[in-house]
Amino acid sequence: MSERGQKLPSDVRVGVYVCHCGVNIAAVVDVRQVAQLARGLPGVVVARDYNYMCSDPGQELIRQDIRDYALNRIVVASCSPHLHEETFRHAAAAGGLNPYLVHMVNIREHVSWVHPDRERATEKACELVRAAVRRVVWHEPLEQARVSIHPDVLVVGGGIAGIHAALTLANAGKRVYLVERQPSIGGHMAMFDKTFPTLDCAACILTPKMSAVQAHPNITLWTLAEVTRVEGYVGNYEVEITRWPRYVREDLCSGCLKCIEACVYKDARFPDEFNLGLSKRKPIYLPFPQAVPQVPVIDPATCIQFKSGKCKKTCVEACGERGAIDLQAVPKVERVRVGSVILATGFQTFDPRRMPEYGYGIYPNVYTSLEVERLVNASGPTGGEIVLRDGRRPQSVGIIHCVGSRDRRHNPWCSRVCCMYSLKLAHLIRERTGAEVFNFYIDMRTPGKGFEEFYQRLLEEGVHFIRGRVAGVSDWALDPSEEGKLVLRVEDTLLGIVRRIPVDMVVLAVGLEPRSDAEELRRLFRVSCSAEGFFLERHPKLAPVSTFAEGVFVAGCCQGPKDIPDTVAQAGAAAAEALALIDRGSIEQEPNTAYVLADHCSACRTCVSLCPYSAISIVGGDGRPHAEINPALCKGCGTCVAACPSGSIRQHLFEDEQIVAEIEGILAGVAGG
Amino acid sequence: MKQLADNRAESSNGFEPKIVGFFCNWCTYLAADLAGTSRLHYAPNVRVVRVMCSGRVDPQFVLEAFAKGADGVLIGGCHPGDCHYQEGNYKALRRYVLLRRLLEQLGVEPSRFRLEWISASEGERLRAVINEMVEQVRALGPFRGFNRLPVKLAQLHGQKECSKEPASVETVEL
Repeated sequence: MSERGQKLPSDVRVGVYVCHCGVNIAAVVDVRQVAQLARGLPGVVVARDYNYMCSDPGQELIRQDIRDYALNRIVVASCSPHLHEETFRHAAAAGGLNPYLVHMVNIREHVSWVHPDRERATEKACELVRAAVRRVVWHEPLEQARVSIHPDVLVVGGGIAGIHAALTLANAGKRVYLVERQPSIGGHMAMFDKTFPTLDCAACILTPKMSAVQAHPNITLWTLAEVTRVEGYVGNYEVEITRWPRYVREDLCSGCLKCIEACVYKDARFPDEFNLGLSKRKPIYLPFPQAVPQVPVIDPATCIQFKSGKCKKTCVEACGERGAIDLQAVPKVERVRVGSVILATGFQTFDPRRMPEYGYGIYPNVYTSLEVERLVNASGPTGGEIVLRDGRRPQSVGIIHCVGSRDRRHNPWCSRVCCMYSLKLAHLIRERTGAEVFNFYIDMRTPGKGFEEFYQRLLEEGVHFIRGRVAGVSDWALDPSEEGKLVLRVEDTLLGIVRRIPVDMVVLAVGLEPRSDAEELRRLFRVSCSAEGFFLERHPKLAPVSTFAEGVFVAGCCQGPKDIPDTVAQAGAAAAEALALIDRGSIEQEPNTAYVLADHCSACRTCVSLCPYSAISIVGGDGRPHAEINPALCKGCGTCVAACPSGSIRQHLFEDEQIVAEIEGILAGVAGG
Repeated sequence: MKQLADNRAESSNGFEPKIVGFFCNWCTYLAADLAGTSRLHYAPNVRVVRVMCSGRVDPQFVLEAFAKGADGVLIGGCHPGDCHYQEGNYKALRRYVLLRRLLEQLGVEPSRFRLEWISASEGERLRAVINEMVEQVRALGPFRGFNRLPVKLAQLHGQKECSKEPASVETVEL
């Protein structure tokens, strides 16, 4: 451990390696000049430039030099430490040096790729290398701590992504906690009738997986449950899950559904959430026929017993001796310890009320695509019949693509699935009603296996395609043919004319967007979000299901819009990443923890309340009290280090001397510096 | 005023400000990486010191940078609520506000010292912030060192006996 104000270590022997990265660095930065400058710096024994430092021969160069020149500090000027810090630490370790005696300088992402001016880029690279050499002198050998990985996994979200990830892990013998907010798992996929482009029955492929989740001995399924608290870190997350009462006990209910029949409400009166309000339900209901668990739920907002306490409780009567109905149930808090987490919380659809020009919520026959999914579904509000709100069959239907998507006023991104589901709905509507179907599109996007072929099929089926963004929907008839219809005004950009198309039914192909409360979950799990609000993956190409919170993985539409095949593939990948972590058993921890110089500490407690991990406590109460940091809890943010008024808290890898030396190195060329 | 005039003269003489950046590992450093992979060109005047969290930035580092000849200091952290360590950025903000007042009294113009929230996905914003700051500092000219503190202020820190004559304000070297 170093003491404040210690003398510069005298026996320092630094090796400096400047990477060309092919032409990535060398085309802009004069790497020879950088190495030349390094050679003249105090403590530097050898400085080289090399084509690819991360290659095997590049790493061998470091290993060999450590032996030949007895190097005890290494500086590598190449790419971002986020990419190759591990690589060069390993190389140093293989050469017999403690890996933490290595420091990296980022002269690619931070220099050659962003500064085209050769002279000034080289100057910046030189200064950064000089700073690193000064810094590395203060580095000390550190021991790597290892934390064990708890083998259980938490999956948040019971849509197809969560279901697939949970089953994959459970089949591999891992214990999984699957948490779903709704009364049933299944997510959006359970609402669909058919899936594109194969027109598979969504229920037929999903429900077996839903049942498998419930039957699996390794899966603990909690529906009507939400994650309310997360503590800990990779390997050891402590998660608090609040289970909201269903008022029907899952362990006692046989799923006979007699209670629903017996409800004092003879008719269903309340909007059915699963059918998006297109049908009614009773206060006690099953969300949909294939729901898992197959247990009714009581809605306290509509149940007479909860509102007035004066219900005859015919449901309790009907249940009889089973006694599954528990009107006294209260929220229950479960606490679980898991080693890794998979977030699969899905998406929400764009609310078209934000675009009043399309008349949603104004004209009854303007529907969202999700509502039409329910209409065409055999278990939906109309038994699969496509009818308007007044019971008529539509003779003509207009489908407006990109509602809320690819629109600078709303969501700039392409939602990826709307073109294809619009084609699917067009096919199903035409098949079942014979109606004329018009698709209003900006561009048709059909990249996927069998997608383009499906589009061709639709063209041959006589579905109309009009290229243009619809300006508005109204019921103002300009001539008798438009009477009683909804008129879409659109510029047909292929014909170059403005057209008015009267239809009976308008379908808005609403886009996908992050859930409005994704932000809360993001904060709970300390993951990042991209600018649009989807969870951010660690690397868009090479770590697509990892996040910056280690041990937390993402799958499905919470990471970005995608279709079912991509969602399932990603869920499998997330499960595989979690498995890899579990099977390793433990993970190395960056030893950048803070520590206290007990002799200097006055136990002022400034640090104690600053620490977000409660890692700091005051010890030695009777003798000389001082702060102590539990290295297993410290995550290395360094906030306490910066705040300590007496400078008695320090941080490995980010010691004051190291940072100040870096600052001095940067500014050493400035006059007076 | 004379100093200001000097600065203006020098700024037209191809003065290139030197700015020390303290970027947090999880947001702003990654934004700079993203700017790199996106090949966004920006002014090469900022030298980045990587810290795990903006909460690690000791006010001493900032003073040190100015004392050693930096023309500006830029602290980059995660947006409020986004901190990898829950709330280190709030701690950075608190210190920043206080430190900025101190620096102003020491003669450091406000635009020489900035705290910016730049997330990992905001490479474009990183470029904009750096370019803007470099322009502003270039317009100010080189940093000439801390002001001499008026005695009265120094006395508050118990460095000298209280002078009863407010008119005769001496200065001391900091």
